[in-house]
Amino acid sequence: MSFAQWLFALANLGLVLLVLLLIGAFMIYGERRILALLQDRLGPNRAGPFGLLQPVADILKLVSKEFFVPPFADRTVYTIAPIIVPLTALLSFAVVPVSDNWWLADLNIALLYVLALSSLRVYGTMLSGWSSNSKYSLLGCLRTTAQMISYELPMGLALVGVVMLSGSFSLVEIVAAQELPFIVLQPLGFIIFLVCGIAETNRLPFDLPEAENELVAGYNTEYGGIQFAFFYLGEYLGVLLIAALATVLFLGGWHGPWLPGVVWFALKTLALIFLFFWLRTSLPRLRYDQLMDFGWKLMLPAALINLLMTAVLGLFWMEG
Amino acid sequence: MKIAGQTNKRIASPLIRLWRSLWVTLRHAWAKRETVSYPEIKRSLPGRWRGRIVLTRDPDGEERCVACYLCSAVCPVDCIHLQARQQDDGRRYPETFRIDFSRCIFCGFCEEACPTLAIQLTPDFEMCERSHDSLVYEKEQLLIDGQGKHAGYNFYRHAGIAIFGKAIGEGTHDTPPVDHDTNLP
Repeated sequence: MSFAQWLFALANLGLVLLVLLLIGAFMIYGERRILALLQDRLGPNRAGPFGLLQPVADILKLVSKEFFVPPFADRTVYTIAPIIVPLTALLSFAVVPVSDNWWLADLNIALLYVLALSSLRVYGTMLSGWSSNSKYSLLGCLRTTAQMISYELPMGLALVGVVMLSGSFSLVEIVAAQELPFIVLQPLGFIIFLVCGIAETNRLPFDLPEAENELVAGYNTEYGGIQFAFFYLGEYLGVLLIAALATVLFLGGWHGPWLPGVVWFALKTLALIFLFFWLRTSLPRLRYDQLMDFGWKLMLPAALINLLMTAVLGLFWMEG
Repeated sequence: MKIAGQTNKRIASPLIRLWRSLWVTLRHAWAKRETVSYPEIKRSLPGRWRGRIVLTRDPDGEERCVACYLCSAVCPVDCIHLQARQQDDGRRYPETFRIDFSRCIFCGFCEEACPTLAIQLTPDFEMCERSHDSLVYEKEQLLIDGQGKHAGYNFYRHAGIAIFGKAIGEGTHDTPPVDHDTNLP
């Protein structure tokens, strides 16, 4: 590649990074407004028109705070851990196709890449809880690890159905194969993927790792300032990623009548994000044993049945 | 049949409950907001609200406070400081009266302790300042010209006054007043 191409690629990456960070910040504002809407409140409405500058104020506040490492923490790991969480989420976005000719990278193993990064994400929460050396963080990190392992398995199995139908691991080809969105052919797979996605991003009703009532803030109890902001950013980027992936894998990505592909992608993703926020206002947190039961006794068998059905039906379809 | 019915119920009822809780929250999107946009809309506070502390005057316009130090003694955060003094006619009054509102917790104990109903809490909480020093209120800032919550009350018309027909200490259940100068151990 020539120097100009490198420069262009870097500028592209920078642009995507900036846009994603902005979206992550404004999702926090959006969530607070939507939660308020559904709870008879007003939400942040003071900073700027409709409170739209609230994320800016929040970021300025968090950035201007002291960079503090507790004396009992493992300093190196404690500093590195919060960076892993948003980093893995941001890296995953490289393979998400936004419209029929707009993506950063079209890997032939994109789906595996995304799953691998979502597994790496566990390290962020796990190491932060471990290195904080505090009891709440430790409990939060133990829960995170168990939860992530339990829900990654059915998530991956649910995606195998999609791979079978489209015959490819590339997200671009998967979307291209969805003239009929896969949610019609794989309703069970979609539900399993969404539930596991909610669990993977530690959102309610699966937010055991940071259960406020029991564990002050779970794995990020000891964190403050910009590091705390990293965790938050990672969480919301994770939500955005799961919503975008569900759109790409099951809802037909950019496909849709009349409107341009980007708009369809954005609309579907926003609807799913709203579902995330809506679930947060509506559902109570699961108990820990319920969480494990649900993951291993319901999600995993359901994913296996879905896989088997897809395989058998696909085989008959191809033969017949 | 029965077993099948139970199975259906076991699977269906969590989904129905899930949908019901989602529907309840969604319906609240159109409900009336509970939030009051505070600086623009101010709620009327109840008369017994425990806010900014004032010193009141009796109906004759004299200070009610007799500098008995009870408020200062009862204050759990020790934020009241005063200095007693006597007028020529023997009536006591506070020479200085100082409340540090940066420490005050607005518990209202001083109001309960006050024998002359002089110190009172008012329904006003808007007393933000940029420094601790400006939250220390002196007597000039505390003393108001009105009677506060108990209009018409004057301590000296109720206490230390002989009941009609009897002098102090002559009632059936009364004990004669103690002379402090002869009551030493």
